[in-house]
Amino acid sequence: MAVARRPLLRKTLLHVGLVPFLLFALFPFYHMTLTSLKQDRELYDRHAVPLIIRQGPTLEHYAKLLQETEFLTWTKNSLLVTALATGASLLIGTVAAYALARLKFFGVGSFGTGIFVTYLVPTTLLFLPLAQVVNWLGLGDSKWALVLTYPTFLVPFCTWLLMGYFRTVPKEVEECAMVDGATRIQALWRIVLPIAVPGLVCAALFAFTLSWNEFIYALTFTSSSEQITASVGVTSELIRGDIYFWGELMAGAILGSVPIVILYVFFLDYYVSGLTAGAIK
Amino acid sequence: MAVRVEEIRVPRGRPRLADRVRGWLDREAILGPVFVTPALLLLLLLVAYPFLMALYFSLSNAFIGRPSQFIGIQNFIKLWESDAFRQTFQNAFVFTGIAVLFKVVLGIALALLLNQQLWFKRLIRGVVLLPWVIPTALSTLGWWWMFNSLYSVVNWTGIALGIMDPPGPNWLGQKYYAMAAVIVVNIWRGLPFFAITILAALVAIPRELYEAAEADGAGANARFWHITLPLLKPVLAVVVLFSTIFTFSDFNIVYVLTRGGPVNSTHLFATLSRVVGIDTGRIGEGAAISLYLFPILVFVVWAQLRFVRKQAY
Repeated sequence: MAVARRPLLRKTLLHVGLVPFLLFALFPFYHMTLTSLKQDRELYDRHAVPLIIRQGPTLEHYAKLLQETEFLTWTKNSLLVTALATGASLLIGTVAAYALARLKFFGVGSFGTGIFVTYLVPTTLLFLPLAQVVNWLGLGDSKWALVLTYPTFLVPFCTWLLMGYFRTVPKEVEECAMVDGATRIQALWRIVLPIAVPGLVCAALFAFTLSWNEFIYALTFTSSSEQITASVGVTSELIRGDIYFWGELMAGAILGSVPIVILYVFFLDYYVSGLTAGAIK
Repeated sequence: MAVRVEEIRVPRGRPRLADRVRGWLDREAILGPVFVTPALLLLLLLVAYPFLMALYFSLSNAFIGRPSQFIGIQNFIKLWESDAFRQTFQNAFVFTGIAVLFKVVLGIALALLLNQQLWFKRLIRGVVLLPWVIPTALSTLGWWWMFNSLYSVVNWTGIALGIMDPPGPNWLGQKYYAMAAVIVVNIWRGLPFFAITILAALVAIPRELYEAAEADGAGANARFWHITLPLLKPVLAVVVLFSTIFTFSDFNIVYVLTRGGPVNSTHLFATLSRVVGIDTGRIGEGAAISLYLFPILVFVVWAQLRFVRKQAY
């Protein structure tokens, strides 16, 4: 009897041990969602219990956010910048990663090290001089500055991740194709890339997430309401002096995370595998 | 297909330009450089060049919209004379040291739990990883609200549980509490990365090792200290090095939560550099501050190249 019960007891205890971690991870999101759905009357009642909604939920904060602020413009900017930066970086990263993983040529070793080093360079190290470069190029206060600068951290990242994937594709498969008369580019396009699709999906997901989450470049290079991204818009334009704005602010934070959450729900396993493959930032 | 190859190998007369280009691109010594050129140009123009600019700025009195002059290491001297910078320097080490330590310990604990037979395994992993994928600036807004001086849900819960005396601490308005708050948020956001990476390393440890140790009478504790931890070491080294550089250079959490306050007590290099370089326009001084991240970067790169990659290959 005792023997039959103990594995179950052990398993239950394990789950109990996980509860604090799960609470820690989830509570902020729960509280943000709750806040965004509460009526102001309850939200700012200091005697109310903050952990539940008693007086009925409301969507007025969301309605205000969408009608009275430029939130949709910011989201559109975010989508545009993220899509273009991700696409360009994936393309540049794929060919560079293939060269690093497969080809022998002058300087390949030092280029690999260079990619690794830039992969570790934090964005906060270079935002001041980059702001100058952006101004010289006439891209001050323009979302195109972000399309231009995001690849500086996305390309090293994609290259590094994809290089690992390309190395796992057996060389023989490619050589077979080339013996049969395919050129190297054809072999890459028709043989290697189809095998490396999981890696490409992974790189695209992480690049998308990294550029959607990017903050300091967006905050520094853009400022007007028509150009800023969702993160910057919500953190800077929704905060006005002493007026109570928490419902709207939390609604903005929630909606601004929606695209990432959607991707996350569908591609959770890619996130896990990409993270362990060295997706660090 | 085969016909075309014959055409290239036995060209009649002078081959067409397209064929010649194709022939070149088939040579590794040419295709390689062609493939890396876009990435190389990007990194030279938008990483290496700005880095040199940062070096020059830090040695100049550059100010927004004014020509700059070379002034040697005056910026650095001035920084060391300023209380704000010395405070920031200290903050950076306190913040990084404590946050990374907690992330390692909690990360190992969480990974050990996740490595067991669990119900809803996938769902639990999904929840654990969530703080890491949500935009930091936005989730930190949630924490800002949770630490609000009037409506803090943290304090409400603490008081309800009897751990805190009403009204509870003013988290973002008092020196040490503010530092504690930014560290908590950094741990919250960085823990998933530690846990999931360490979990992957745990899964890779061969079961036979544990079985053999158990047969020899080693208890759970002994197995952890003599098998698990030594085998985790290489992965822990990578994770800690990566996390160190990105914790040191953190910007989002402090910017959203405290803006470096109260009285500079939570400023990090990145946030102070932004205040000085952008808000007050003293680009030279701002660049000098952010360059303090560079030695950390050099150390991490050196350690990675020297120890970690040697083990990996």
